[in-house]
Amino acid sequence: MKRVYVNEKWCLGCHLCEYHCAFADMNEKDMARALKNVKIKPKIKIEERDGVSFAVSCRHCQEPLCVKGCITGALTRVDGVVTINRDKCVNCYTCILICPYGAISSSDDGVVQKCELCIKTVVGTPACVRGCPNGAIVFEERQ
Amino acid sequence: MAINFLHPYYEVLRNYDKCITCRACERQCINEVHTYLPDSSRMVCDDGKCVNCHRCVSLCPTRALKIVRSGNTYKENVNWSGRIIDEVYRQASSGGVLLSSMGNPENYPIYFDKILLNASQVTNPSIDPLREPMETKISLGAKPTDIERDENDCVKNNLPPQINLSMPVMFSAMSYGSISYNAHESLARAAEELGVLYNTGEGGLHEDFYRYGKNTIVQVASGRFGVHAQYLNSGVAIEIKMGQGAKPGIGGHLPGAKIIGDISRTRMIPEGSDAISPAPHHDIYSIEDLRQLVYSLKEVTDYKKPVIVKIAAVHNVAAIASGIARSGADIISIDGFRGGTGAAPTRIRDNVGIPIELALASVDARLRNENIRDNIAVVVGGSIRSSADVVKAIALGADCTYIATSALLALGCHLCRSCHTGKCNWGIATQVPELVKRLNPDIGYKRLVNLLTAWQHEIKEMMGGMGINSIESLKGNRLMLRGVGLNEKELEILGIKHAGE
Repeated sequence: MKRVYVNEKWCLGCHLCEYHCAFADMNEKDMARALKNVKIKPKIKIEERDGVSFAVSCRHCQEPLCVKGCITGALTRVDGVVTINRDKCVNCYTCILICPYGAISSSDDGVVQKCELCIKTVVGTPACVRGCPNGAIVFEERQ
Repeated sequence: MAINFLHPYYEVLRNYDKCITCRACERQCINEVHTYLPDSSRMVCDDGKCVNCHRCVSLCPTRALKIVRSGNTYKENVNWSGRIIDEVYRQASSGGVLLSSMGNPENYPIYFDKILLNASQVTNPSIDPLREPMETKISLGAKPTDIERDENDCVKNNLPPQINLSMPVMFSAMSYGSISYNAHESLARAAEELGVLYNTGEGGLHEDFYRYGKNTIVQVASGRFGVHAQYLNSGVAIEIKMGQGAKPGIGGHLPGAKIIGDISRTRMIPEGSDAISPAPHHDIYSIEDLRQLVYSLKEVTDYKKPVIVKIAAVHNVAAIASGIARSGADIISIDGFRGGTGAAPTRIRDNVGIPIELALASVDARLRNENIRDNIAVVVGGSIRSSADVVKAIALGADCTYIATSALLALGCHLCRSCHTGKCNWGIATQVPELVKRLNPDIGYKRLVNLLTAWQHEIKEMMGGMGINSIESLKGNRLMLRGVGLNEKELEILGIKHAGE
């Protein structure tokens, strides 16, 4: 299955992936209008320190701890993609605490949010991958 | 504080309706032009620091930025232009030689733009390269003039060593040091995929790049940095650099600050020491001396590799080329005055040398008149900007062309001409690790391959239009060229007729 992989070697720390991620969710055509004066809450986040930077988003684990820990069954693994059913989520934060990568975060909608590989938004390549100027985020099949 | 006489050249215009304060511009500008003001949640710019490299413009996700001339003017004066006044101010404040990068940007004639190509009509029909075979391969090197036979009367193979290329374009010399590791890797990988050559420049060859040897020209320049027997044998040809189009008569100087780690090891000089290439080779003061170096290099490579001698296009270029053709060199490469550089004194770059078109035409004519044209192949560089320039250069008599500025443009260079600061925002002319990583060779080499693949298609189209199906038939075919707006003397030197003739 194709997943999002990041390569720290080419990450510039420009944070553009975060903005493309936030924009992808909004169903808007114009990024300036969508994100003007908005404090974004992206599902991919740049970690950086001492000149090293890389993007972190959901790994879509084979055996996801978040799915195991979810008390309402809101998180499920469908065709390899760990997805969230917003109607079932009760915002208990168990998944946020249990995810070893810190890939799940709170949102403003009363439910948690995580990367779903853009399957619910744009078709094809995830927005962070398309928005990365240096090929540091790729969407590919790996063993 | 002393008065600052200089007003910024550029103004960074930000469309605040579009700016989403993602701060990508701030993070990507090594010159620190952009700053975020948390109090007002706004970005602000310090125009005076902007070099107009367009890194922020290209990365802004909402296209909120553009850079314009600041428009601040002095009292109009044709003789004392704003640029000249500013340069006086700069020197009055610094006391130093003005430095510049990349090629001569001044308003001298561009002869390629005053030459037009022919196309077939009715007779000698044109050829469709998509349907019929079209040859862009070339073989570079000296060509035998006589047929020699052995004792059994069989024809002897007396062909001197040749370089085979898929098209008449090579990447010209840019040293590791002047450009980054990733830029070198991009060039090497592209050359390999395209079946052409790239050139190490005078900084030696990084150990990682020996595996691209079949697509490498190794250079020996006056500083002899990084030269050893294994290096000389690692490529398919050796280039002796006598001069460079951007700075004829001048050596090179890579500041000690850039001589770090791998670069120091590759150049075989201590870390932090300035890499100074003398203006002349201290062992070459005549064609006979040059011949000695040519044969020393041939000796060390067992006479298996062609030797290139690179010179800048200067006033007596034809006579110099005639001498080089007799020095035992296989190939002469001529670099025009528009050729690029990582750093050169401004006055030299802008005032020394001659246009490559005129140099090429006069060299080719002189070598033909002296019946030594086959002794040596001619490669020209110094602002080959497009496939049309390649075709025109070949028709003027070149065997092959060298490109570098166009290659760097393909890698992201925006010709801001600040290479000498060592702070290239595109990761090309810099050794700062966080800048170098901005050029991902996986992306870079593909863009170079795309560029030359596109050029190859265009070369075939232009050749097809002329009814020519092989680069060899175009070589020196000046009847395919006509000049526009050129005077008698210029046409005479170029050896072409005026349009309409």
